[in-house]
Amino acid sequence: MEKSADKTIITVVGKDTVGIIAKVCTYLAENQINVLDISQTIVQGYFNMMMIADMAAAAKPFGECSKELEELGEEIGVSIKCQREEIFQKMHRI
Amino acid sequence: MINIWEVKETNAMIEQENLDVRTITLGISLLDCIDSDLERLKENIYQKITTVAKDLAAVGEEIENEFAIPIVNKRISVTPIALVGGAACKTTEDFAQIADTLDAAAKAVGVNLIGGYSALVSKGMTKADELLIRSIPTALCRTERVCSSVNLASSKTGINMDAVRLMGEILLEVAEQSKDRDSVDCMKLVVFCNAPDDNPFMAGAFHGVTEADAVINIGVSGPGVVKTALEKVRGESFEVLCETIKKTAFKVTRVGQLVAQEASRMLGIPFGIIDLSLAPTPAIGDSVADILCEIGLEYAGAPGTTAALALLNDQVKKGGVMASSYVGGLSGAFIPVSEDQGMIDSVRAGAITLEKLEAMTCVCSVGLDMIAIPGDTSAASISGIIADEMALGMVNQKTTAARLIPVIGKGVGDTVEFGGLFGYAPIMPVNPFSCEGFISRNGRIPAPIHSFKN
Repeated sequence: MEKSADKTIITVVGKDTVGIIAKVCTYLAENQINVLDISQTIVQGYFNMMMIADMAAAAKPFGECSKELEELGEEIGVSIKCQREEIFQKMHRI
Repeated sequence: MINIWEVKETNAMIEQENLDVRTITLGISLLDCIDSDLERLKENIYQKITTVAKDLAAVGEEIENEFAIPIVNKRISVTPIALVGGAACKTTEDFAQIADTLDAAAKAVGVNLIGGYSALVSKGMTKADELLIRSIPTALCRTERVCSSVNLASSKTGINMDAVRLMGEILLEVAEQSKDRDSVDCMKLVVFCNAPDDNPFMAGAFHGVTEADAVINIGVSGPGVVKTALEKVRGESFEVLCETIKKTAFKVTRVGQLVAQEASRMLGIPFGIIDLSLAPTPAIGDSVADILCEIGLEYAGAPGTTAALALLNDQVKKGGVMASSYVGGLSGAFIPVSEDQGMIDSVRAGAITLEKLEAMTCVCSVGLDMIAIPGDTSAASISGIIADEMALGMVNQKTTAARLIPVIGKGVGDTVEFGGLFGYAPIMPVNPFSCEGFISRNGRIPAPIHSFKN
């Protein structure tokens, strides 16, 4: 099993529009970030997506990817957030 | 694997319910800085703090970015300065110069407060202790980030009433010296009974002599998270209420534990404790008083408040204890007046009095906190209020504290602004009857009978 330290949760929240997943995935692919899992739902008309990504081979450090994804989100009109997986593991698993 | 609902829950806590890590406090021992030459002592202190804490602010920011959890404060606590400065300081000015050094070191490493301008005098005062206490008004008024605390009593030693009397006068002096700024420097000064060695929260943080060379202590927060969770169980039984608080406290504390481990690893400094206190801020939805209202009170201070707070405090601890490997500090619900919008509303509505707040401090940490009182309150009355609070801690074997702000030139009905996280406070009335004869007695109140456990 891969080191959990390299797993990142990427959340995308915002108004649904064409090509959100495509744009995010393009960015991830360009930066050698592997997507392990995607789940998506619409809550009260809002697009909610969560990706579990493996950043072990990422081309850039965490902070930079996080910032660039945030900027990408602003372009598309959604909010994109990167967080290391441990915060969720700690909170929801004993 | 983590699912989308769990991610949403965590992020809602952070984004909408004010979940944050209130403070990473780096405790640093200054015992190895001691020198009989004041200049050398100051140099040693500056060097040690700026070396050990050089990466603190940066590490804090990195953790914030990686987990997207706000870390509100990065702070430092040091060995009580009365112990460190005893050999070199012969005057109050000598001690105040150490405060200048602490202030400069805090600014150099980018922390907003540094605690430990302190004396531990629960049984008696050494010459150095007394000099430090007398230097507090000068030290606090000419520094920006230095916080001071004095431990006046303990369950093992009783109450040092000479020191209690002195602190009443000192507090008024601090108020007088900062009267052009609504006596705000008083908020950097707190007195304790049973002060813990590992408290990460200001103004009372100091690095106890029982501690290692350097240690990371974390204060979590999350009144808003508890409040939101309780909104979903309105009208349910106490069992459901308690379970909900426990589960929420568990989740909040686990985040603190994670941050503590990461900070410890990145700084190469051992993790000490997590303080489980529910610490409010003046932000809407970040209030302990609002939790009490959600439990079923019209305002904090209504009949039932002490019971509701006792329940809340106990459940927070029960949930939090399992979430962390080491729990310490103050660990309870804070009930500061100025830093909690719900408390301010209670004071405004006439729902809560100083006496009710005193009763509430019997069942929670930490004490009479951030309470503005009229500037013409006598030193003896202030000492009396402090003595009452010390007695509660002494007899109940718990930490209690008093952080009072006598606002010179203002009276009941006026409001004082402290700024930022410190909020604002309506001035509360103090019982007008005198305790002069009681406070003017010399000596100390002996330890209570149940302290003899050996």
